[in-house]
Amino acid sequence: MALKGNLKDFGITQLLNLINLARKTGTLYLDGTEGKAYLCFREGQLIYATLEGEEDALPTLLQKAGKLTAEQVRAINAHTAGKADRDIAMMLINAGHIKQQDVRRSVNQHVLDLVYRIFSWSEGAFRFEPSSLPVQGKLTTTIALENVIMEGSRRLKQWERLQDELPDLDVALKFAERPTTPLRDINLSVEEWRVISFINPRNTIRQLAQYNNMSEFQIRKIVYSLLQAGLVEMVRAPRAAPAAAGGGAPRAAAASAPGGDVQMRRPAVKRSLVQKLITKIREL
Amino acid sequence: MQTLKIVVTGPFASGKTEFIQSISEIDVVSTDRKISRDAERIKSQTTVAMDFGRITIDEELILYLFGTPGQRRFDFMWEILSEGMLGFIVLVDSNRPETFREARRILDTFSSYSPVPYIVGANKQDLDDAWPPEDLRIVLRVDPEIKVVPCVATDKESVKQVLLELLYSILEIMDAEEA
Repeated sequence: MALKGNLKDFGITQLLNLINLARKTGTLYLDGTEGKAYLCFREGQLIYATLEGEEDALPTLLQKAGKLTAEQVRAINAHTAGKADRDIAMMLINAGHIKQQDVRRSVNQHVLDLVYRIFSWSEGAFRFEPSSLPVQGKLTTTIALENVIMEGSRRLKQWERLQDELPDLDVALKFAERPTTPLRDINLSVEEWRVISFINPRNTIRQLAQYNNMSEFQIRKIVYSLLQAGLVEMVRAPRAAPAAAGGGAPRAAAASAPGGDVQMRRPAVKRSLVQKLITKIREL
Repeated sequence: MQTLKIVVTGPFASGKTEFIQSISEIDVVSTDRKISRDAERIKSQTTVAMDFGRITIDEELILYLFGTPGQRRFDFMWEILSEGMLGFIVLVDSNRPETFREARRILDTFSSYSPVPYIVGANKQDLDDAWPPEDLRIVLRVDPEIKVVPCVATDKESVKQVLLELLYSILEIMDAEEA
């Protein structure tokens, strides 16, 4: 018999705790305000997770993990249409493009990232179907739930604090005129740089998250740290602003992942602006 | 406030960070890391995400210079950085022919991202063994209408000249489109 309920009444932490302690095998279906997801468990251990509408094919995961380039992913996708992840993994390993441990780590990391995102879901229906494991053709992993619960709870607290600090994601950011921290002392992650490359008073924080395929938690965390470092400042974004001329023009969601196929357009820049640049650079 | 962006790209150790440092009015925000691979021990540090420099033109206009990471495994950043660029500069270490093939690949990749004007900066022209710009044009198969400009990335005047040449190219293209 399926376990059903609402996350308002029975939170993710409690659900995972139950699955862990009862060493359950089956699938937890979640229908929350932030999307639909399902998580598969075998004898109380997490083996697979997916979020509806989110690309989780193996080549994409390997690209996110930095193991394949966008070019390689395009080539692989062209040659493996309709093939299961398991078969693609075997093909890539046998061809020497990647190692088995890279595949394992990438899948593991993807599942963990997804579950930690789900930890912030506080509303929506859930249903646990015992014995059902819809993972055919998918690469599964084995993750002990104790650590997931501990880390998820820690992130949840952090999430709540971040929500207090950054309640509105519809504001934009600009670079601080006078950064409080000496720029040379700042050590940023690749994700932080990716966000920085889109900072522009016309892009809201929510858009920054979309362009970079980041969850609200991830973007809040990064923006909060950039604000704390004094690198950026919040500004009110203009409504229905036109695309920026440079320094981070908005991009279509489909192109937000590295290697997206959307053609970019030349920025519309007036001749007078280019002449201004020339005059200034000559004077430097 | 309007911002414009020029991307400085090129193979590993071609001098992108120095190029931006020479002209930026702010300390370049850089993500240099110690080199981990023996084969790449040309220099002690390398850029892993991007460099970021700024030139304030006036109260209404700022030019940002973005330098791309040179190592292949960080090339996922290229497309992100190229978004919305006004033009780009491909810096080539004129003294290291082993990087020319990579320079060509980068040039092709960036050209495919966006049809914006670009030029090639033949860097390290102050070194005795530097290949002349016209030879680089041939080996890199650069079209005749694309400029290959001699450059010394540590010299501000030289960097200014490269930037100006790119801007002149942009104006020329604008003129041609208007004609």
